[in-house]
Amino acid sequence: MGSANRNEGLLSPFRVLDLTDELGFLCGKILGDLGADVIKIERPGGDPARRLGPFYKDEPDPEKSLYWFGFNNNKRGVTLDLEKSEGQKLFARLAAKADFVLETFTPSFLDKLKSGYAALTKNNPKLVWVSITPFGQSGPYSKFHASDIEIMALSGCMSLTGDPGRPPLRVTFPQSYSWTGSYAAMGALTAHYHRQNTGEGQQVDVSAQAVMLWAFSHAHVFWDLNRHVEKRAGSFMTGRSITGAKMRVFWPCKDGYLNFIIYGGEAGRRTNQALVDWMNSKNMAPEFLKQKDWKTFDIAKVTQEEIDRMEEPIAEFFTTVTKAEFFKEVVKREMLGYPVASVKEIFEDPQHAARDFWREIEHPELGVSLTYPGPFARFSNGACDVWRRAPLIGEHNEEIYCDELGLTKAELNKLKREKVI
Amino acid sequence: MQSLKGIKVVEFAAFAAGPVVGKHLADHGATVVHIESQVRPDGFRAHYPPYKDNVHGLNRSGLFALCNNDKLDITLNLKKAPAATELAKKIAAWADVVIENFSPGTMARLGLGYEALQQVKPDLIMLSSSNLGQSGPHAHHAGFGSQLSSLAGFTHLTGYPGGSPQILYGPYIDYIAVAYGAVAILAALDYRKRTGKGNYIDTAQYETGLQYLAPILLDYKVNGCVAERNANRDPQAAPHGAYPCKGDDRWCVISVSSDDEWKALVKAMKNPAWAKKFASFDARKAGEDELDRLVGAWTIHFEPRELMETLQKAGVKAGVVNRMCDVYDDPQLKSRPQWIELEHPEIGAMHYQRPPFLLTKTPPGPAKRDPLLAEHNEYFYRELLGLGEAEYQKLVDEQVIF
Repeated sequence: MGSANRNEGLLSPFRVLDLTDELGFLCGKILGDLGADVIKIERPGGDPARRLGPFYKDEPDPEKSLYWFGFNNNKRGVTLDLEKSEGQKLFARLAAKADFVLETFTPSFLDKLKSGYAALTKNNPKLVWVSITPFGQSGPYSKFHASDIEIMALSGCMSLTGDPGRPPLRVTFPQSYSWTGSYAAMGALTAHYHRQNTGEGQQVDVSAQAVMLWAFSHAHVFWDLNRHVEKRAGSFMTGRSITGAKMRVFWPCKDGYLNFIIYGGEAGRRTNQALVDWMNSKNMAPEFLKQKDWKTFDIAKVTQEEIDRMEEPIAEFFTTVTKAEFFKEVVKREMLGYPVASVKEIFEDPQHAARDFWREIEHPELGVSLTYPGPFARFSNGACDVWRRAPLIGEHNEEIYCDELGLTKAELNKLKREKVI
Repeated sequence: MQSLKGIKVVEFAAFAAGPVVGKHLADHGATVVHIESQVRPDGFRAHYPPYKDNVHGLNRSGLFALCNNDKLDITLNLKKAPAATELAKKIAAWADVVIENFSPGTMARLGLGYEALQQVKPDLIMLSSSNLGQSGPHAHHAGFGSQLSSLAGFTHLTGYPGGSPQILYGPYIDYIAVAYGAVAILAALDYRKRTGKGNYIDTAQYETGLQYLAPILLDYKVNGCVAERNANRDPQAAPHGAYPCKGDDRWCVISVSSDDEWKALVKAMKNPAWAKKFASFDARKAGEDELDRLVGAWTIHFEPRELMETLQKAGVKAGVVNRMCDVYDDPQLKSRPQWIELEHPEIGAMHYQRPPFLLTKTPPGPAKRDPLLAEHNEYFYRELLGLGEAEYQKLVDEQVIF
């Protein structure tokens, strides 16, 4: 599956050097999905993120990390020690021919190795150099260390997640790395467009903390406009009514949870009417709900009392349906709402099969093909796809250093002996 | 000169998924036209708080403001076919990029599908952003991101073990699709420049969201493992969580992913006796509930910022759980600066958000506040589109431009 030809990709003429850790993996993958020639540069012995689980058949092994597989496909891979001067020379040669460099080092670390933006753009002023860090290249936190949870905390996201009175929460599977990688790709291509027009490259300074302001947008605007602080409200939605009423979002059903919200607006009113009709077909709609005039229902002005009164019979009704039934009915009745799906149910969703979304990618050394999420967008001209699995450690050393950069086999072996690669 | 100066973008779009793509292009100098109508203004204007001073008004929405700075705002009542359809085509012919996030099929039904628009602009780039994609059995099912975030698995992964899923505040997945949508348009612009070819781009917000979950999707297919919510726990770190601090509902997160970081934390805590039994990662993992309690009993004596700074200096990853009243004053965000304060005639001073990536040679906006409803009708239709005075007035009188 997959058109399997990177040369048809929209960005196929361009080369990317990817020196990122997990904070930037997705940036390189996105450019790779669009056909760019992405070279993942790892330290000798392999990237530390290869130790991140989950693992293929639950066997911890740097060549079996599903985390690595998931975010580093569509890349080739070489090893290189940037802390050795021979490594720096080799990197400079690669960078002279590259269009993008992606990196996640602590600000000024690469400059100390004479391998930073200032040094390497002397020979290649067209380079788009994307620096991805938790907080940005300058400022009081720029040298702070952070993993996903610190980014989620400092961006404010965690203050909005969890039950009041219990600790604020992050999403259990790290989110900020993916968010940051994809917004970094937007930054890279914005600078790329300018470069293609003017010949001028530049450094793109990505802050993960700033990216995550979008993820939980627009809660902070309540403070800006009205000095009101939005807070975590468990499984309720706040901020939709100027009376301060909160709406239930998650409802226990027969086999899990449903996401349903009493909304306003045209779609909300249609949904509310459709739900009452559905409840009525099972003799579960109380008279006051049947009599409700949804055309005059105004979500921005609704009171908590009115919401509570409506939610009680709805809650009772939902305990009688399954997730699958609910999904079928919301599609049929054109209602807003979805079941709370797990990864299992995502694979069962017929929409993905109908859109030919999944991609089987071969892993010859494991003797299997693995199923990957497919293209993030469908283009009428030019392709976006999954072309190749993630690289093994140093898999393309010979291909890139000898065949493309012109090193001899003897030189390559010398670099290997000196542990440069 | 800003990076995207000269690019002309038109939005047949409302709420977040379409317009925020346009915002990101406008931040870098693109001319972006947001199309609404008096019959149906953008939903963020019409019924999404916050409104300034809690007073509802079409030009008082903070959320609309956040998503639409630096745009021109015009009205076009698409229900007035065929005159409105012809005018819409004229606008598309003027544009390089059309962004739409109607329910799939709507643009075609209005006579404004990609094929129709390509007739008037052969190398047009058009992005259709929808919940579930333009094809497939569920294509026509409309929805909001706050709920799609559940179908796409995110809320299942959020919450305390055994408890209810938790909401991710707003239309979480919309802003994932925004990143991919902008990436797709930028790639298509570059492609058009090199090949002369336009593009029709179909993004399903659902499919863009799943990109973020690739490892756990693989884990299910390979190992049969269904990823579950587990509060703040992390398989590779302990302690790893939010710890209480001095003050009302104040918290600081701490994460320890190596023995060195653990030693640094123990030193910062002034070597409490209880720390000895947690010397190894396995011991910290096995006794994580107790460990959390003990660390929390220590952190409660500190202000969150003081704690974060002490721990960062000591080599331990830590971060204040910023509240919504803290972010505008966060020293780091302030230093970028992440917001530009602009005056709005009805809202007053408003913090307009800059991109999360700064281009060092072509600095991004915002430069202009979000537009009022229909603010640029005359400027756009007359000056940019070139309608004659009589023609314009006729369209206004017929409530096509309305």
